Amino acid sequence: MLEAIGVRRFEDLLLSLPEKLRLKGHLDIHPGRSEWEVVRDISALGNQNAGAGRYTCFLGGGIYDHHIPSVIDHVTMRSEFYTAYTPYQAEVSQGTLIAIYEFQTMISELTGLPVANASLYDGASAAGEAALLAASVTGRSKTIIAGRFHPHYRDTLKTYVEMSGHQVVVDPAPDHVADLDWLKANLDDSTAAVFVQHPNFFGQLEAMDEIRELTQAKGGLFVAVVDPSTLGILAPPGAYGADIAVGECQPLGIPMAYGGPVAGFFAANQKYLRQMPGRLVGETVDRDGKRCWTLTLQTREQHIRREKATSNICTNQTLLAHRATVYMSLLGPAGIRELGEQCHARASHAARTIAAIPGYSIPLSGAHVKEFVVQCPVPAADVVRCGLEHQILAGLDLGRFDSAWKDLLLVAVTEKRSAADILKLSEVLAAAAASSVGSGGPRG
Amino acid sequence: MVRVDNRLIFEMSSRGRTGYTMPKLDVPALSDDDAVPRKFRREKPPELPEVSEPEVVRHFTNISVLNHHVDRDFYPLGSCTMKYNPKVNDRAAALPGMSDIHPLAPEEVSQGALALLFDLKTMLAEITGLPAVTLQPAAGAQGELTAMLMCRRYHIDRGQPERDKVIIPDSAHGTNPATVRIAGMKVIEIKSNAAGLVDLEALKAALGPETAAMMLTNPNTLGIFERDVEIITALVHEAGGLVYMDGANMNALAGQIRPGDMGFDMMHLNLHKTFSQPHGGGGPGAGPVCVRADLAPYLPAPEVVRDADGRFRLDYDRPKSIGRLHGHHGNYGALVRTTAYLWLLGREGVERMSRMAVINANYLMTKLAPIFELPYAGPCMHECVLSGRKFKSNGVRTMDIAKRILDFGMYAPTVYFPLIVEEALMIEPTESETKDTLDRFVEIMRTIAREALENPEIVKNAPHTTPVRRPDEGKAAREAKLRWRPAAG
Repeated sequence: MLEAIGVRRFEDLLLSLPEKLRLKGHLDIHPGRSEWEVVRDISALGNQNAGAGRYTCFLGGGIYDHHIPSVIDHVTMRSEFYTAYTPYQAEVSQGTLIAIYEFQTMISELTGLPVANASLYDGASAAGEAALLAASVTGRSKTIIAGRFHPHYRDTLKTYVEMSGHQVVVDPAPDHVADLDWLKANLDDSTAAVFVQHPNFFGQLEAMDEIRELTQAKGGLFVAVVDPSTLGILAPPGAYGADIAVGECQPLGIPMAYGGPVAGFFAANQKYLRQMPGRLVGETVDRDGKRCWTLTLQTREQHIRREKATSNICTNQTLLAHRATVYMSLLGPAGIRELGEQCHARASHAARTIAAIPGYSIPLSGAHVKEFVVQCPVPAADVVRCGLEHQILAGLDLGRFDSAWKDLLLVAVTEKRSAADILKLSEVLAAAAASSVGSGGPRG
Repeated sequence: MVRVDNRLIFEMSSRGRTGYTMPKLDVPALSDDDAVPRKFRREKPPELPEVSEPEVVRHFTNISVLNHHVDRDFYPLGSCTMKYNPKVNDRAAALPGMSDIHPLAPEEVSQGALALLFDLKTMLAEITGLPAVTLQPAAGAQGELTAMLMCRRYHIDRGQPERDKVIIPDSAHGTNPATVRIAGMKVIEIKSNAAGLVDLEALKAALGPETAAMMLTNPNTLGIFERDVEIITALVHEAGGLVYMDGANMNALAGQIRPGDMGFDMMHLNLHKTFSQPHGGGGPGAGPVCVRADLAPYLPAPEVVRDADGRFRLDYDRPKSIGRLHGHHGNYGALVRTTAYLWLLGREGVERMSRMAVINANYLMTKLAPIFELPYAGPCMHECVLSGRKFKSNGVRTMDIAKRILDFGMYAPTVYFPLIVEEALMIEPTESETKDTLDRFVEIMRTIAREALENPEIVKNAPHTTPVRRPDEGKAAREAKLRWRPAAG
């Protein structure tokens, strides 16, 4: 090949590289391994992790241990989906385009909003993109976060907007739901958007109607951050007047995978279509009048608009959106409702069981559907540690986020958690309280 | 093969069908006390399709075969590095303890994941020559944003908030200028010179006390190495700016030369390009950012660190950090795949990878230049950019040529980019392809060029054999039909 190119040696192709900077020896990384060694070595690392195959998982906080139907791996790992790229050449990409169009339709149905995009990186960055959109369409500079909002989503949202001069104001939410008086005091003509997570970070339902009314009266956009696995039983954002709904598709057939790759979704009112971030697939006809699909409205996107674009997103998370599409196809309306009801029934049973353990209580009285907060008689970190001894991920120690919450444990219950799992969790909680009594009594 | 069933999944729906099983409810049913208050309840069920499991399998199988993909044949989509991805990567990512782990699990039971991330950071630091690495960005564009936010924070931190201008060559990808704006800075575009490279005079004129950074793709989007890179980085440094490398084209350089050694201060890598991810129809990717040591405090939080006792942990205590860009740790599954890929390749494999990518691209360039036109002289690096303008007089545009390639069972190159080349065809073969495949592609291109001169209609009306032919994009944009709705009545 070098001869055909017309050079004597490979190095002759690199003459424009500064000779003194060329690597002389080898890179300081390991020599190559065989395929078997790679699998062996990564398996060994996997054995040091608390995989949900070995540990019973009550951890949530945005990523949940739901069952993943076998069909999903089977069809989404087909090379045709797996090894194609962005469907630039629509003629040989109809498979990807149809699957995205179906995803957009299903997200639109679940959220009750007319348009949804082809996916974003994850729920948190989708919230960031929504904040950028709101700032851009309103020309306003303040973003309000109301209620008990996921701290990682809050931080991501701040990263997305603060550097371009926008201010993010966060509700202290002393009762762990939106403080409407605080909201009224902070809402003004400079408010671009109000973000509310529902159910919120503590699993509580927020006063969406009231918050929407207050927000829209001031001309701000009302953005709901929702968990799609609850939307079979909870009113969709469109029904309570949200302008935008964003969230995380992970509960819909995507592995937890240490939090990624997952897929964010973004649905909105029709009037924000032209400012929406991310890719969109639209229906059209081909030269022979045949129905088909193509990427559309690309004039919104960075490769055309360059510095005038409102988002810089390019590659997104199509393969994960496919997983969610297959999941929603399998479940249908009945399945998505049953999923919500099962999580709700199991979570309620878990909460009642835990409330009966001496020293433990369920401090928040509001309705919860999948996840709830437990007040522990000992630091939640101790409960978590005790769980590990019994192969249980007992929940999320909320003290990680705020020292005032050190005795609070956030417990998530999916359809996979049986009565026996819940019993095992309650035994761990009882043991954690007892062992602490033995070592000097409950603290705090 | 003709596809008979062209229904969407919604059009297959029949009341009452489902494709799932759910465990029997073995806890008490909800009591009235626990029920969701009426005002929060969903009234109208979502109109998801009602289909059986076999229908779901058939539907997605049937639509999948309408795609072209790397496992089928050549995919020379320039700038996207459509290499073959070893299947062991996917096996590794699906292993127990890799795909089923929770991002908020305690660190003492996440040591395997943290060790893997730490090892990957170490390898990427060595390959780029930039020692501090974040793996959090979920894609290249988010990596760019990470770096530009860090740049902004760096200048503010040094008491120079007035430095908010970022210089970008006109050949750059659109994400560069879009990113700069979102990071709260302003773009100064500079023209490329006659050789398609950074014009040093234009650069000097653009530099000043407000310069925050320069973003440079190297090799650039023409596939040409910026031969003056040392002068460029020195000039920007002299003016007090940082130099950012868009690492989209790292497949040309890995194991040959290191961005850190060329004077770059920060860069992103597209793991789905250089470091082997299945592109998934448009993601997931991953966009780690590598920076010089003194910029480390600005990296996103948390960062994986190794303590003196050899244990790994996540460091959240990073007061100068730009913050978070992702709900958790980025696209971990993609990071496992890249780790598997780099372990498989090792140092010799990485060097061979870029060597073969450069040889393949130059081979194609040499063979195709006489058939088309090479607007900027080679040698090229990992990709080459040709122009199809000589066929314009026959009414044949580059888009027609791209569509005609599809008839021969291969994917089309990137077209009309970079913007500075008229009727551009950007071709990236990657190291995966054998000479036989490249020769087949050259033969196809030669045939199409002949057709364009002798029988232009066949090219202008292409494609002829694909499942659909030239979707009406104007109609799609005008009507903006972005979701399925049942037919009226």
